[in-house]
Amino acid sequence: MNKAKHPLIRLHGVTKRYGATVALDNVDFSCFPAEIHAILGENGAGKSTLMKLLSGVIQPSEGDVFVDEEIIRLKSPGHAIDRGLICMFQELSLVPDLSVRENLLLGAKDARYGFAKKHHLADARVLLDKIDASHVQLSTRVSDLTLAERQQVEIAKALSRQPRLLILDEATSALNSTVVEKVFDLIREQRDRGTGVLFISHRFHEIEAIADKISVFRNGQHIETFANGQYNYGAIINKMVGQSLTELFPTPAPRTISSTVLTLDSLSWNGEIKDVSIDVKAGQILGLGGLDGQGQNHVLQALFGLLKHTTGDAAVNGTQGMPRSPKAAKGKKYGLAWVPEDRKKEGLILEQSIQDNLQLAALGHASAPAQAVFEKLISSLELKYQSLEQPVAALSGGNQQKVSLIKWLVISPTCLLLSDPTRGIDVKTKTQIYQLLVELSKQGIAIILLSSDYEELVHLCHQVHIFYDGEIVDTLSDESLNAQNIIAASLNMHKKSSEAHA
Amino acid sequence: MLDVFKRYRRECIAFFVLFALLSLYIATHPRGASTYVMTIWANQCLILALAAIAQFFVVVVRGIDLSVGAVMALTNCAASYLLNGSGFELVYGSFMVIALGTACGLINGLIVVFGRIQPIIVTLATGSIFTGLALLLRPTPGGSINYDFADAMTLDIVGIPTAVWIALLIILLFWFPLRQSGMGRSIYAIGSSEQAAFQSGISVNTVRIIAFALGGTFAGLAGSYFSYVTATGDAGIAANFTLNSIAAVVLGGVALSGGVGTLIGALLGACILKTISSLMFFSGLPPLAQPLIEGLVLATAIAIGSFGILTEKNRLRVFD
Repeated sequence: MNKAKHPLIRLHGVTKRYGATVALDNVDFSCFPAEIHAILGENGAGKSTLMKLLSGVIQPSEGDVFVDEEIIRLKSPGHAIDRGLICMFQELSLVPDLSVRENLLLGAKDARYGFAKKHHLADARVLLDKIDASHVQLSTRVSDLTLAERQQVEIAKALSRQPRLLILDEATSALNSTVVEKVFDLIREQRDRGTGVLFISHRFHEIEAIADKISVFRNGQHIETFANGQYNYGAIINKMVGQSLTELFPTPAPRTISSTVLTLDSLSWNGEIKDVSIDVKAGQILGLGGLDGQGQNHVLQALFGLLKHTTGDAAVNGTQGMPRSPKAAKGKKYGLAWVPEDRKKEGLILEQSIQDNLQLAALGHASAPAQAVFEKLISSLELKYQSLEQPVAALSGGNQQKVSLIKWLVISPTCLLLSDPTRGIDVKTKTQIYQLLVELSKQGIAIILLSSDYEELVHLCHQVHIFYDGEIVDTLSDESLNAQNIIAASLNMHKKSSEAHA
Repeated sequence: MLDVFKRYRRECIAFFVLFALLSLYIATHPRGASTYVMTIWANQCLILALAAIAQFFVVVVRGIDLSVGAVMALTNCAASYLLNGSGFELVYGSFMVIALGTACGLINGLIVVFGRIQPIIVTLATGSIFTGLALLLRPTPGGSINYDFADAMTLDIVGIPTAVWIALLIILLFWFPLRQSGMGRSIYAIGSSEQAAFQSGISVNTVRIIAFALGGTFAGLAGSYFSYVTATGDAGIAANFTLNSIAAVVLGGVALSGGVGTLIGALLGACILKTISSLMFFSGLPPLAQPLIEGLVLATAIAIGSFGILTEKNRLRVFD
């Protein structure tokens, strides 16, 4: 194979900002034809932003994108597809109400709005057969397919478009290992024909099996690119971890022996939570870690009475059984409060005033909190506002999150459930929230903190459960609670590496 | 065969309901299944069917068009000026009336896409404007349509109502392209999952504007056909047709949440609705009970259509 001289795509000084958050920070990156290039990084490292940039979904705030050494602005996914940059997205890009056939043809370069040529479907059919999806009928509606079948269709859709650069974002997460092996054969075939492949996966052994090169990203920066096999697990994880920012975190409350507030006994739901058992004591901060969407958030939703048909048992605050609705969960018997991850959609009513939002959780609660309770919390969290009549939408992200927290704290929960409370907010607010959490735990409130930031898990939590594919794969505390172990367990590598050490 | 039934379940159900209602109608009608009875029935159905297809194109891209009736009123009033000549004037007039409808739909689409305003608000406003224009054209009902032309469109060809032939022609011209062309697929795709469509390289804005414009075209066709049937121009028909067009698409299995439903479904829904009112006319039920019965039928159809929500396991998804 002759080595191509110039890269297929090249990023030069690319920065992408969303408001105050920097998702990609001055990134230089290249991908050559005929190579499989894996991208590794923690949650929020910038992998997804990179993919979205290359597929035309978003445009860089600064810097240039070169395709074939020609500077180009990818205005839309259609534009990128015309250039041969084909992306298979993590959030499935199939239209649920259309049939497999219609999805395969949707947006195809030569038949975007006209009539498709016959060869197109024939190609896709051959590809589907090659990856063990011969049972998938082209006339089936996509919403009737299983998750794995959808992924197979996605792969066939991407490959049937003759990509020059194939971007695979978690392309194989729902497939079993035999199918994955067949998909890999197809990807290698593509590479040998000169296609460049960008491969994002959280399954480390897959990267090891298929990648030619590996690039590590951290906090929106491109750290290093190296050949597959150059470093061992440990070294790669250290590259993903980076420097610790201990000064952000207050000293955690010492762990005292206290009574259990909440127990979950083998909770399962809909194949997305598998046999999860949890035990939280008064004054304890329990961390839930892992990659996005491994079932952690569903556990909190289940505890807050949002999921139907869960199995397993729970006891909260001496009350047996799962709460059946959020109203029951926040009631005196359970004493739970949940601050959801998406504050704009689930946590707050943006158009309503600060005052109205603050009172929302306490509505219908047995004991209405006094005005003094609000004022105390507002001043201790230093909520910045002009008037309580101001709509919440006018506040900054950090202050919105404070409103979302105070709203629940006024009902004095015995156990506080938090879904990534510091995502996308500024450092100062983060430290204030950390301070508050430690303060609350000293007062004896049990806290379950779901976080995608491993620093928070290391520095704030007494114990951390790591989720992978709906199960708790590892529980870390004391000495074992460090960034390396969290990342290794998140990637479900710990079993492998500990076997290797043993 | 079973596969076709499964895929077009809603349409098949609508078809059987229509078949039963129509049989009942013919059985109870004093003059039975004569060409005359069928022609009147078909003409009434086709007016609403065209309005329902207009609504269908907008609903399928997750919109709702409150201006369907107003566009019909405007094109009807325009037709009462443009379609009273003969020969070439009629060809030109017919074309202009439909072009006017298309223009109205195009305006709706452009405002929705570039103004980033919900379709319900936009079409409420433009609907009012279109009705206003219609009133300027025809402050009181009047004008006329060339009688020979109107007769040709509203009587029968070889014993089968012309309206049925027109419906078949529309199905032939639009059914196949809508399922087989990239444009048709794109229209369904942006209604079902705008994000997935965008990521697949579809120009979401252009497709949405085209869907609204197609809606306008059919509202124009509905206005034209209304003119052939009534042979006059009337600006006061808007409200009734808008609401009935929405009811018809729902009855025909078109999901108001977008992406699901077919042109034939909308057509069948319109026929069901019209047949129910015709049935009641001959059934001896007091005319005042008609809205009550129609409402019950509609409520039942909607309730059946939303059973899916009961099986959702995550309570938060119910609000999506």
